[in-house]
Amino acid sequence: MRLLDWIDARFPASKLWNEHLAEYYAPKNFNFWYFFGSLALVILILQIVTGIFLTMHYKPDTALAFASVEYIMRDVNWGWLIRYLHSTGASAFFVVVYLHMFRGLLYGSYKRPRELVWIFGMLIYVALMAEAFMGYLLPWGQMSFWGAQVIISLFGAIPYVGEGLALWIRGDFVVADATLNRFFAFHVIAVPLVLLGLVVAHIIALHEVGSNNPDGVEIKKLKNGQGIPVDGIAFHPYYSVKDLVGVIVFLFIFSIILFYMPEMGGWFLEKDNFIPADPLKTPEHIVPLWYFTPFYAILRAVPDKLFGVLAMGGAIVVLFLLPWLDRSPVKSIRYRGPLFKTALTLFTISFFALGYLGTQPATGLYTLMAQIFSVIYFSFFLFMPFYTAIDKDKPVPDRVT
Amino acid sequence: MTNTVDVDKRRFLTNATTVVGGIGAIAVAIPFISSLSPSAKAEAAGAPVALDISKLAMGQMLIIEWRGKPVWVLRRSDDTLSTLATLTSELSDPDSDDLGQQPDYCKNPSRSIRNDILVLVGICTHLGCSPTHRPELAPEDLGPDWKGGFFCPCHGSKFDLAGRVYAGLPAPNNLVVPPYHFVSDSQLLIGADPVGYG
Repeated sequence: MRLLDWIDARFPASKLWNEHLAEYYAPKNFNFWYFFGSLALVILILQIVTGIFLTMHYKPDTALAFASVEYIMRDVNWGWLIRYLHSTGASAFFVVVYLHMFRGLLYGSYKRPRELVWIFGMLIYVALMAEAFMGYLLPWGQMSFWGAQVIISLFGAIPYVGEGLALWIRGDFVVADATLNRFFAFHVIAVPLVLLGLVVAHIIALHEVGSNNPDGVEIKKLKNGQGIPVDGIAFHPYYSVKDLVGVIVFLFIFSIILFYMPEMGGWFLEKDNFIPADPLKTPEHIVPLWYFTPFYAILRAVPDKLFGVLAMGGAIVVLFLLPWLDRSPVKSIRYRGPLFKTALTLFTISFFALGYLGTQPATGLYTLMAQIFSVIYFSFFLFMPFYTAIDKDKPVPDRVT
Repeated sequence: MTNTVDVDKRRFLTNATTVVGGIGAIAVAIPFISSLSPSAKAEAAGAPVALDISKLAMGQMLIIEWRGKPVWVLRRSDDTLSTLATLTSELSDPDSDDLGQQPDYCKNPSRSIRNDILVLVGICTHLGCSPTHRPELAPEDLGPDWKGGFFCPCHGSKFDLAGRVYAGLPAPNNLVVPPYHFVSDSQLLIGADPVGYG
């Protein structure tokens, strides 16, 4: 151990290992919902590694981009695998992140003292959406082009400065070579750097306050003689091993999708994106990828350009405010009253319904339903200070169960 | 020689350094932010395009690229033109009062120089999709009241055959009429105003 001592005198290797793994005490009652944080980390690494290898063959040029992706798929050794790992990984990332966020809703993990853990997490989510959006332009297919055209035009709805801002983002009067080139730069270097920084901040903030758990009980309140929480167990080896099981099960499912249905019937890679971008012709039916469709449905539900954009942005902004909207003293769903349980159920249904409606044409009944579910979506947040304050919560135990 | 520290002086120097440094940082940011704006090359690529319309049949629409955008050229029948006048009550801006959406010489009921030839930038004023030309009357998906026009598949905005937007839909403005003029009866030049305008 003389090498380790030499290092520890110069760099806190053992200290970091202990603080974040071997002597980081997590509640002993983690359940299924606690797999998704470490899974998100695994997928982040997968995306970075596959992304690095894709940049070695991809060409960010409107004349070459589409063909270079097909070149990766057909001619590069194992190129199809690397590309499908990356594209399937993107959808898997959102599946895992949505489940991770839903866990936060279930067990009140955003509540005091974990407000900043939640805020950093939300910033990660926003950065991830930017990353996914810009990455989707790169294959330069029809959906790439028109998706980018629509999303950048959203900025044009801002009064006075909007059109200039959209022009500045595109770097040309339409989505063009300048846009593709800068999205490539943002996608491969700028946003990933921000993302990594935010992930570090998210974990530092979490380890400062300690993990929440399915009972929503603070384990730091009860410590034994050595100052270790009585309901806590060391993250390593207990949870590192548990999470490893989660990773194996995840890879099992991921591989089935990767090898047998990488396009997921048009959900992970849309059919129109196998047609090169044509600035003169919008596809008949333009839809964003599945992870954006709930917000897209909200955008389309409002029959006004500016207010539609505001509603869509607001749907994400309200999530940031969650720690202050929830007035209940109870964290976990286990001890919440019927009002919160009902509200969360309705919210979950509306999120799925909006996700479905965002994939359907914006006509008649679909638009009406999108409007109804948008109202439910926002009601969950807007009325939260009231229904959480008067809810009949159950008594919370002193220790985890 | 005293050892007292002049705190005020220190604070003044710290603040002054921060302010000057901050201004410097902002000044350095300007070239980077500005580099993302359209380049001189993109600004210059806007030359007018010519189109021969002698073979354009009644009701037919041609799509041509100008400044990277689709431009539609449609020949309208007298029936179509007479329908336009009946739609006024359903439209947001039937008289084309929003002056940014067409050149002065196209602020008229048909939104064109020559009544039969309609020239529009085929980009929806909502979020920039290109609407589809739907000339047929009362198709199943657009309902029995549809008099022919343009339908945006992205978010459901509708426009009549003069590019005027129907009220109560996401698109806020009429479709844009680009500057254009007729060089001769059959030659159209898109991107340049007629002589005496612009």
